[in-house]
Amino acid sequence: MHKRSTGSSDETLAAGNGLLDRRRFLAATSAIAGAMGSAALPAPASAQELSVDPWMKVPGAPFVPYGQPSRFEENVVRTWTTVPGTTGTGASRTPHHLLNGMITPNGLHFERHHSGIPDINPDTHRLLIHGLVKRQLIFTLENLARYPMESRIAFIECGGNGQLLYQRAPAQVSVQQIQGQVSCAEWTGVRLAVLLQEAGVDPKAQWLLAEGADAAGMSRSFPLAKAMDDALVALFQNGERVRPANGYPMRLLLPGYEGNINVKWLRRIMLTEAPTMTKDETSKYTITLADGKSLQFVFPQEGKSVITHPSPGLVMKEPGLYEISGIAWSGYGKIAKVEISADGGRSWAQAALQEPVLSKAVTRFRLPWRWNGGPAVLQSRATDDTGYVQPTREQMIALRGNRTIYHSNAITTWSVSDKGEVKHAYA
Amino acid sequence: MPTRKPVLAAVAAIILGLSAAVAADGPDLGRVVTAQEIAAWSLSVGPDGVGLPAGSGTPKQGEAVYTAKCVACHGEKGAGRPNDALVGGIGSLPGDKPPMRTVGSYWPYATTIFDYVRRAMPYNESKSLTNDEVYAVTAYILQLNGIIGENDVTNAQTLPKVRMPNRDGFVTFARGK
Repeated sequence: MHKRSTGSSDETLAAGNGLLDRRRFLAATSAIAGAMGSAALPAPASAQELSVDPWMKVPGAPFVPYGQPSRFEENVVRTWTTVPGTTGTGASRTPHHLLNGMITPNGLHFERHHSGIPDINPDTHRLLIHGLVKRQLIFTLENLARYPMESRIAFIECGGNGQLLYQRAPAQVSVQQIQGQVSCAEWTGVRLAVLLQEAGVDPKAQWLLAEGADAAGMSRSFPLAKAMDDALVALFQNGERVRPANGYPMRLLLPGYEGNINVKWLRRIMLTEAPTMTKDETSKYTITLADGKSLQFVFPQEGKSVITHPSPGLVMKEPGLYEISGIAWSGYGKIAKVEISADGGRSWAQAALQEPVLSKAVTRFRLPWRWNGGPAVLQSRATDDTGYVQPTREQMIALRGNRTIYHSNAITTWSVSDKGEVKHAYA
Repeated sequence: MPTRKPVLAAVAAIILGLSAAVAADGPDLGRVVTAQEIAAWSLSVGPDGVGLPAGSGTPKQGEAVYTAKCVACHGEKGAGRPNDALVGGIGSLPGDKPPMRTVGSYWPYATTIFDYVRRAMPYNESKSLTNDEVYAVTAYILQLNGIIGENDVTNAQTLPKVRMPNRDGFVTFARGK
C-alpha cells in the first residue's frame, strides 16, 4: 500500500497512479468540492439563467400497463451474434458499461439459444421427473405454483463468456462484447430436492439429465449432489415470470454452474447412474489441452471480475476524480476481495464491496480514482472466499492453453490514453 | 403455518445418504405416470444404448438422407460450412495448432449422434426424421469418418459398440488439478 499525501488535497493514495483509499471516497469528494468552491472557478462562457422545462408545465404521459425505460435510453440494449443460417441461435450480451448495481434487468439478461426462443403455452407445459425414481411424476405449472418457494440472487454466466481473451491480440470491442454473457437476477421457484424427494430417488441414481422444450431439446447431465444442494426450478425472475428468452415458464437454476447447464424451458429430468453424454457435454463445453485430452464436466464458473466503469468506448473528458466500478462473481462462493490496479498490475488497492455480498451472485465493487490525465492501465482482480485468486491472462493460458473458448476467467485489462480513450489491452 | 425446517431436514438427510423416508413438506401434487405414457417424451440415448429405438440404417441409405436434409448446412460429405464440420480432424487434438473437433475426431460416443440428430436436426424441422433415417444418417457420418464400413448397419445393438477414435480423450474436471 502506498500511503502518501498528494500535494493538492488530503487524499490518501492506496496504490499507484491515483488509486485512492476505498474508505475515503466521501471525505475526498467533500474536500474537492470545498477546494473547487474556494478556487472561485470562472463561470463557463455559455452560462445562462436556468429556465423551467416544458415538462413542468403540462401534465405528463398517461399510465401504461407495462413500463419501459426512458426513450432517451434507447442505446441500452443487448447485442448479439447468430450462427450462420439462423436468426435465433447464438448469444446476446448484457451492456454492463451502461448499467450499475448487481441485478440485471430482465430485458437485458444475456441469452444463449440453440434453436431460438420457443413460444410455450404455460397451460400445456409439463415437467416430468423419471428414470431411477420410485414414482415417475409429471407436474403442471399450476401444481408447482402450490409448492413452497424460495428466492436466491444468482449470476448465470455462459461457459463461453470472455472467450475473446484467448485470442492472440486484444479485440477492440466493448466490455459488452468481451464479458457480456454474465448476468445476475433474483430467481424464485421450487427446490428441485423437494420434487425429487416426492419422486423417491433410487439409491443407484448418481446423475440427472435436464432437457429443455426448445426445438433443439437442449440437454445436459449434472450430479445428484448438486440437485440436492441448491438446485432450483425457477418460475420467477426479478419478481415476474421468467422471460421467454430465459426459459419461460420454468428453467433449471444450478447456482454457480456454467450457463448452458441451467437448462431453459425445462420439461424433463431423468435420473441415471451415469452421464448421458449429450452433444453439449461432449462436443461442446469441454476444454482441449495441449496433450490432446479434454476436460469434461467443468461445472462451476471460477472467480472473476471485470471493470465496467470506465471501459472501452468511453472517453474520459478531463482529469479529476472518477469512480472505478465493476462486477465480480464466483461459482464457488462469495467474493472476498477485489483489488484494482491503475498501473498494469504493479500495485493494487482494495476496492469497496457493495452490500449485499452473496454466494454465487454478482458483487458490485467500487474505488475512487484521481485520474491525472496521463496513461493508465486498469485491472481488477477478484479473490473468492475459498481463497482462489483470479489469474492473469498469461497464467490462465499457461494452465489451459488457448485452444478453447470456455471458462475464460482471466483479468481483463483496459488502457487509458492521455486523451482519455479507454481501450481493451493485454498487460 | 408449517415451517421450512422439515424440507431442510429432508434435504440434509438426502445429502447425508440417510433414509429417504423423511417427509418433505411439498404438497405432493405430481401425477404418477407410466413408462408407456411418457415414451414419446423420452428422447435421450445413453452411451450404453439405453433409449435407442427399433430401426436400422446403412451408410448408403444415410447418404440419401444427408443429401436431402443436411448438406446445405454441413457441406459435401460432412466437410462443414456454413455450419459445423462432421468429418475429419482425427489426430488434430494434441499440439499447438487449433484442433479440428468433428464428430469423427472428437465425439466420444456414437450414441450421441443418434441422440442429437433425433432431437435437434435438421435445424428447421427437428424431430421430423424417422428412426430409420436417423440410424442411416448416423451410419453415413460414421462411414465418412472411416469408423464403420460401407456395409455396416447401425441399430440399437451395433451403435453402442462403435468405438469412437476419441473415446478415451476426456478427463473429468477437478478444481486445482
